[in-house]
Amino acid sequence: MLEIKNLHARSEDREILRGINLSVGAGEVHAIMGPNGSGKSTLAHVLAGREDYEVTEGEILYEGKDLLGMEIEERAAEGVFLAYQYPVEISGVSNKYFLKAALNAIRKYHGHPLVSRAEFVELLKENIKLLGMDKNMMDRSVNEGFSGGEKKRNEILQMAMLQPKLAILDETDSGLDIDALKVVADGVNSLRSPERAIIVVTHYQRLLDYIVPDYVHVLAEGKIVRSGDKSLALELEDKGYAFLQTDSEPATAN
Amino acid sequence: MIATEVNSFQQQSAQFQQQQLATSPNWLRDLRRRGLDRFVQLGIPTTREEDWRLTNLAFLAGRPFEITSPDLTATFGVEELVQRATLDEDFHRLVFVNGHYADQWSTHHELPAGTVVENLSTSIRNSSEATGKRLGLQAEDEQTSFVALNAAFLHDGARIDVPADTVVERAIHLIFLAVGEGQTAQHPRNLITLAKNSRATVIESYFGGEGEDYFTNAVTEVELAEAADLDHHKLQHEERSAVHLATTQIHQQAHSRFRSHYFSFGGSIARNELNCVLDGEKIECTLNGLYMPKGDQLMDCRTRIDHTKPHCNSYEMYKCILDDRARGVFNGKIFVHQDAQKTDAKQSNQSLLLSDDAIINTKPQLEIYADDVRCTHGATIGELDEQAIYYLRSRGIPADLARTMLIFAFANDVVQGVEVPAVRKHLEAVLLSDRGLPDV
Repeated sequence: MLEIKNLHARSEDREILRGINLSVGAGEVHAIMGPNGSGKSTLAHVLAGREDYEVTEGEILYEGKDLLGMEIEERAAEGVFLAYQYPVEISGVSNKYFLKAALNAIRKYHGHPLVSRAEFVELLKENIKLLGMDKNMMDRSVNEGFSGGEKKRNEILQMAMLQPKLAILDETDSGLDIDALKVVADGVNSLRSPERAIIVVTHYQRLLDYIVPDYVHVLAEGKIVRSGDKSLALELEDKGYAFLQTDSEPATAN
Repeated sequence: MIATEVNSFQQQSAQFQQQQLATSPNWLRDLRRRGLDRFVQLGIPTTREEDWRLTNLAFLAGRPFEITSPDLTATFGVEELVQRATLDEDFHRLVFVNGHYADQWSTHHELPAGTVVENLSTSIRNSSEATGKRLGLQAEDEQTSFVALNAAFLHDGARIDVPADTVVERAIHLIFLAVGEGQTAQHPRNLITLAKNSRATVIESYFGGEGEDYFTNAVTEVELAEAADLDHHKLQHEERSAVHLATTQIHQQAHSRFRSHYFSFGGSIARNELNCVLDGEKIECTLNGLYMPKGDQLMDCRTRIDHTKPHCNSYEMYKCILDDRARGVFNGKIFVHQDAQKTDAKQSNQSLLLSDDAIINTKPQLEIYADDVRCTHGATIGELDEQAIYYLRSRGIPADLARTMLIFAFANDVVQGVEVPAVRKHLEAVLLSDRGLPDV
C-alpha cells in the first residue's frame, strides 16, 4: 500500500530525513521507534502532507499513486489519516460540526451520497461508546478543554468515523496513563483489518504490548537503521537505543 | 478652533430652539443652550487630540445635516425597516423615526407595577421636574463634544424606569430608524434607571433606509442602584454611508451587575464609547463586543471602566474581523483607583485581519493606583491559525471551508455570549449570511 523510496526531507536549514526506505502492505501493523530527534514525527507529518517540511529527494507511492503530488485534503480523502501527538484546539467549532464536515467532504470527493444528520448521529453514538467517551464532548469545541488523554481518544474517534486506509499514529501513547492507553489501544485494534495499514510511531515499547506490531523499524538520525519483528522492540527496551550505534550500515526495511 | 466649523450646527440649534419654544420647559431650554455652548467651545474634535487621532470627523463641519420635524407622514420605507429590525413580537418595543417617537410602530405589553417604558418627550411633558433632574446625571460632568451636541438637540429617546425589587421579564427593544431625503441628523437620548434589586434586558437597534446619508449621535445614560441587573445589547446596522456616534455612560452601585453586548456591522464611520463607573463594592461589569468592518468602513470602539471601590470584577472581550481596506480602532481604558483593592479586571482584544490592506489600531490602557489587584490584558492581532487550518484539511476539509469555519468560530464566540434567544438567533443569521457556515 505504501512505498517510501529514498526519502529526504528538511525543515528550514536542517535535513531531518536522510534516505528513508519503507514498504507497508495492507493489513500490516508497523512500529517506528527511535530516540528523540531521529525524525519519527517528521516522517509522520511528511506522509500527512505538512507544508513546513520540504522533500528534497525520493518518492512516496500510496496505492501506486504519487503521494507527494497530492494536497493535504486529497490525501485525507484518499484514506491517509494522521493521529497527532499534539492535537490542536479549535475554539468555536464544535466536534460534531467538524466530524460531519470531514465525513461528508470525503464522501463528496468520492462521489458518494452524503451522510444525513440522523445517520451521522447514529454513527457518532456507536463510536463514542466504543471509546468510552462522554457524548457531551461532541457539542464542545474541538479539543477545547480536553485533557491529554481525551485529545488522544478524540483522534481515535475521528479515525473510527473516517475509516482511513492508512493510519499513522504519532506518539499516541505520550502523556497517557495505563487505563487511557488501554482504551486507545482497544480502539486502534478494533480498526485492524486486511484492507487497512497502521503505522505506530512511538518512543516506548509499552504501547506495543497492546498494539502488537508485525514489523518494528528503528529510526536514527533520519534513517532506518534496523528492522525486525516485535521482539526487536523488547530488545530495545532492554538495551536502549545506544546498542544500535554498533551497526555500520542502515538496513533497507521491508 | 475655527468658528465656521460649527456654524451650521449653531444655525440648526437656533432654528430648533425656536421650534421647540412653545413646548419646552425652561430647564430643557437651558440644558440645550448649555449643550450648544459647550459644543461651540470644544468644537469638533481634531486628530490632534489623542482620543480622536485615528478617527477623523472634520468633514462633519461642512455637512448640512438637518434635524427633521416629527412629520411622520413622510415615512416611506419605515415598515420594511421595522420588519428587518424586529426580533420578537413579545418584546416591549419603542420605535423612533429620525429621532422622533413613532407610536404606530411601537408595541406595548403589560409592564410590572411602577415600571415606565415610554418615550422621553412624553416624560418631559408629564413628569417634567423628575425627568429634568434625572437627565445629564451621568452625562453632564464629562460632556465631550458630541454628548454636548446631543444635549443641544435633546428632545426624544427612550425612558426606562424600573422600580425596586422588580423584574421586567420581556426584553425592552428600542429601534432607531433613519429614513427620508437629504442629510438628516438624529440625537436620541435614552435614560435607563434600575432601582435597587431590579432586573431588565434592553436592546438598542439602529437601522437606516438604503442609500441614506445621515448622522446618528446617540447618548444613553444608565443608573444601576444596589444589586440591580441590566443586560444591555446594541445592534448597529446603520446604512453604509451613515456616521454613527454613540456614547453610553453607566453608573453602577454596590452589588449591581451590568452586561453589555455590542455588535457593529454598518455605517461608514462608527464610534461607540462605553464609560462605566463602578461606584461601590462587589460590582460586576462585563463588556463584550464584535465589530466587522469591511470595504472602507472605519469602526472605533472605546471603553472605559473606573474601579473606584474594592472587590469589583470587570471583564472585557472585544473581537474585530477586518476585511478589504477597513480600519478598526480599539481603546480600552481601565482605571483602578487607590481605594480599589482586590479589583479583578480582565481585558482581551482580538483582531483578525483577512486582507493585506486592513488596519487595526489597538491600545489597551491600564492605570492602576491600588496595590492589591489582579489586572490582565491581552491584545492579539493575527490571521487565521495555520495549525488549525492544517488540522481541518488533514481530515479532508477543503481549505476554503476550513477558513470559513475558523472565521465563523472567531465571531460566534461573542454571539454565544448573548443570553436572549431572539437576539442570538438574529446575530447567528447575520453571521451566517455574512461569513456563513454552510450545511455540511
